[in-house]
Amino acid sequence: MSAPRRVSLMITCLGDLFFPEVGMSMVRLLRRLGVAVECPSGQTCCGMPLFNSGYHREAAAVAARTLDLFRDAEHVIVPSGSCAYMVKHEYPGLLAATPAARRAAESLAARTWELSQFLVRVLGVRELTSAVKGRVTYHDSCHLLRGLGESEAPRTLLQALPGVELVELPGADECCGFGGSFAVRLPEVSAGILDRKLANVEATGAGCVVACDAGCLMQLGGGLRRRGSRVRPLHLAELLGGDGT
Amino acid sequence: MSEGELATPFRERAGRAMRDTFLQEALGIATTKFIGLRREAFADFPEGDALRDRARAIKEAMLQRLDEHLERLAASVERLGGRVHYATTPEEARAIVLDIARRAGARTAVKSKSMASEEILLNEALEAAGVTPVETDLGEYIIQLAHERPSHIIAPAIHKTKGQVAELFARELKRRVAADPEALTQVARAELREKFLKADLGITGANFAVAETGTVVLVTNEGNGRMVTSLPRVHVAIMGVEKVVPSMTDLMIFLAILARSATGQKLSVYTTLVQGPRRAGELEGPDEFHLVLLDNGRIGELAGPLREALYCLRCGACLNVCPVYRQIGGHAYGHTYPGPIGILLTAMLSGPAAVRDLAHASSLCGACVDACPVRIDIPRMLLGLRRELDERRLAPWGERIAFGLLARLLARPRLYRLAARVGRLLQRPFARDGAVRGLPLALGNWTQRRDLPVIAPRTFQERWAALRREDRR
Repeated sequence: MSAPRRVSLMITCLGDLFFPEVGMSMVRLLRRLGVAVECPSGQTCCGMPLFNSGYHREAAAVAARTLDLFRDAEHVIVPSGSCAYMVKHEYPGLLAATPAARRAAESLAARTWELSQFLVRVLGVRELTSAVKGRVTYHDSCHLLRGLGESEAPRTLLQALPGVELVELPGADECCGFGGSFAVRLPEVSAGILDRKLANVEATGAGCVVACDAGCLMQLGGGLRRRGSRVRPLHLAELLGGDGT
Repeated sequence: MSEGELATPFRERAGRAMRDTFLQEALGIATTKFIGLRREAFADFPEGDALRDRARAIKEAMLQRLDEHLERLAASVERLGGRVHYATTPEEARAIVLDIARRAGARTAVKSKSMASEEILLNEALEAAGVTPVETDLGEYIIQLAHERPSHIIAPAIHKTKGQVAELFARELKRRVAADPEALTQVARAELREKFLKADLGITGANFAVAETGTVVLVTNEGNGRMVTSLPRVHVAIMGVEKVVPSMTDLMIFLAILARSATGQKLSVYTTLVQGPRRAGELEGPDEFHLVLLDNGRIGELAGPLREALYCLRCGACLNVCPVYRQIGGHAYGHTYPGPIGILLTAMLSGPAAVRDLAHASSLCGACVDACPVRIDIPRMLLGLRRELDERRLAPWGERIAFGLLARLLARPRLYRLAARVGRLLQRPFARDGAVRGLPLALGNWTQRRDLPVIAPRTFQERWAALRREDRR
C-alpha cells in the first residue's frame, strides 16, 4: 500500500467538546508527516453511548449519519480506540437492514483506523518527536487492547521518542472504570476502580499518563485532578503533535 | 440473600460492599492472587490456547445434540446400577432429593461444594425436612457456620479474612484458634471427620459427567468430594444438564484448562471419578447412586441469545478479573451466581427483568472474555440483555427519556451544536480553571469523586472551521 496522502478525521463527541487540543494535535502531526487532513462537517458521535446502553435503533440512526459523512473518505482516523471499535466492529451488524447498507458499513470499517495503529501500521512511522520529556507511562484502553487487539503500536511510538522514558504501568491492561454511562450509573464502583488505577499510575513515578482514548482520559484526568496529583493525563496525539507550549 | 436484601437497589448493595473494609481487604488479596496464578499457569502451557478453542468447540457441538448426550449419559449411569432423575424446576429437584433422603432414613447429609445445590436452595429444604446438611468444603463450611451464601463460584468464603474466620470458629464451635489458615483447617477437619462418619447421605454437584461411561467427575482440592462419595450409604449428584461431556477424551481437554483457569493448578489436588454405586467385590462406595439432571431454564435457552453462557465450566476466572466484582464481591449481585457470568446465568434462570440493574454492572472491558477458558463472549450478551431491557420497556423511564433526548441530539448536528452552547452557559457556575465540580442530579454522579473537563470555549469543529479559513487565505 502506498502511503496515504489524505485522511479524514473523525473527531468524536468527547474529542470535539472536551478535548479539542487532541484534534488540533492530530492535524499538526499528520500535516507534519505530509498527510492532508479533512474533517467532514456536521459530526456528532459514533453512537456508542446509545448502543452500549441498549438503544440500538437510535444508535443505528446515528451510525447511518456517520456512514454518510465518511462515505468517500479514503482513510478515517479516530483518536479513540473505543469509537474506532464501534465503527469497525459494531457498525456492520447495526447497519445490516439492507445488503447495500451492510456493505457500505463494512467498507467504512475497513477504512477506519485508531490513530496509533494508523501511524505505525499504515504510515510506518517510527521516529517522531515529543512535546513532553521525561518519564511517561501508558494505559491500555480496553477497546483498543482487547477490542482491536492493539498493545504494540502506542508503545512502539512512545519508546522511540527521544527524551521520553516509557515505564510500564502495573495492571496497564486493567479497566480505568470509565465504561461510558457505567461511570454515572455506578459512580462509586467506577471511582473505586479508578482509585486502583491511579495508585498504580502514581507508583510509576511518571510525569504523565498517556492513553489513546478520550473516555479513559476523561476518567483518569478527572480523578488525577480531584486528588491534586502532579501527574498529567495526555492523549498520545498531544505528545506527538503538540505545538511546543 | 434474603428477599429483603434484594429489595435494596443494586447500587446501594454495591456501595455497602465497598465500605466493608474486611471485604475489601479479603477481595483485593484473593482476586489478585488468582489472577497471577492463572496467568503463570497459562504462560507455562503453550498448548493452552488451542485447547481452549477445542473445549469451546466441544461444548458448542455437544449442546446441539444435548438430548442425545443426556440419553446416553442416563443409559450409562443405569447400566452401572445408578438411577437418573430429571428435574425441570428447582422444586422438582428438591423433591427428588428429599424423597431419596426420606427413603434412606437420612438424618445427616454431608455435602461437597455444589453451585447447583445452591441454585435450588437445597440446604433450606433439607433442614425443613429434618435432615441436617453439613458442608464439607472448607469455604462452604465457613459460610454455613456464618449463615451466609457463597460469594464466589469456587472460593465461597473469599469475602472473609482469616481473622474473621477465627472469630467465627470461636463463636460457633467454641474453639479458640489462631488466625492461621493451617490451624483453622485442622479444627474444621476434626469437626468434619465426625460428620463424615455419621452421615447417611452424601450430596455433590458434578463438574462433568461423561456420557459414554456414566462417570461423574468432581474436582476438589481438599479430598472432601471423595469422602462424600464413598462414606455415606447413598450418594446423590446434582448437575445442570449442560455439564455432560461426550467422552473421556473430551474430559481430558476440559480438565487441562479448568484448574489452570480457576486456581492456576495443572490439575486440582483431587479429581474424583465416580461410576455408579459400589459393585460386588468393591470395598467402598455407596449402596445407592442417584444423578439428578437439572434443567431450570437451561434447555429453553439452547437456541436463545444466552446460549453461550451454557458453555461455562464454573471456574470463576471471569470473577477474579472483573473490575466490578473486584470492587463489590459476590454478595452484592444478590443471586446464586455472582460476577459477569453470574449476570447471564441469573437472566437465564430468572428472566431478563431480574437483571435490570445488573445488566449494567459492567464497564464492558472484556477482561472476562480473555480469562474465560471457553472464551464466552460475556460483554456481547450483556449488550444483548441491555437491548432487550430497552425493547421490552424494562429500563427506568427517566433513563429512557434521557437516552431519547441524547439520540435526537446526536442525530441532528444543529441541535448538537446548540446543546454545546447551552452546556457552556450552564456549566459556568460550576467551572473553575477548566474543570467542573459539584454538578446537580445525575451528573453529580460524575463530579462526586472526579472533576469533569469543561466544554471547551471553542469545540474542535469550530477551531477546524477557523483553521480552514486561515488555510484558504
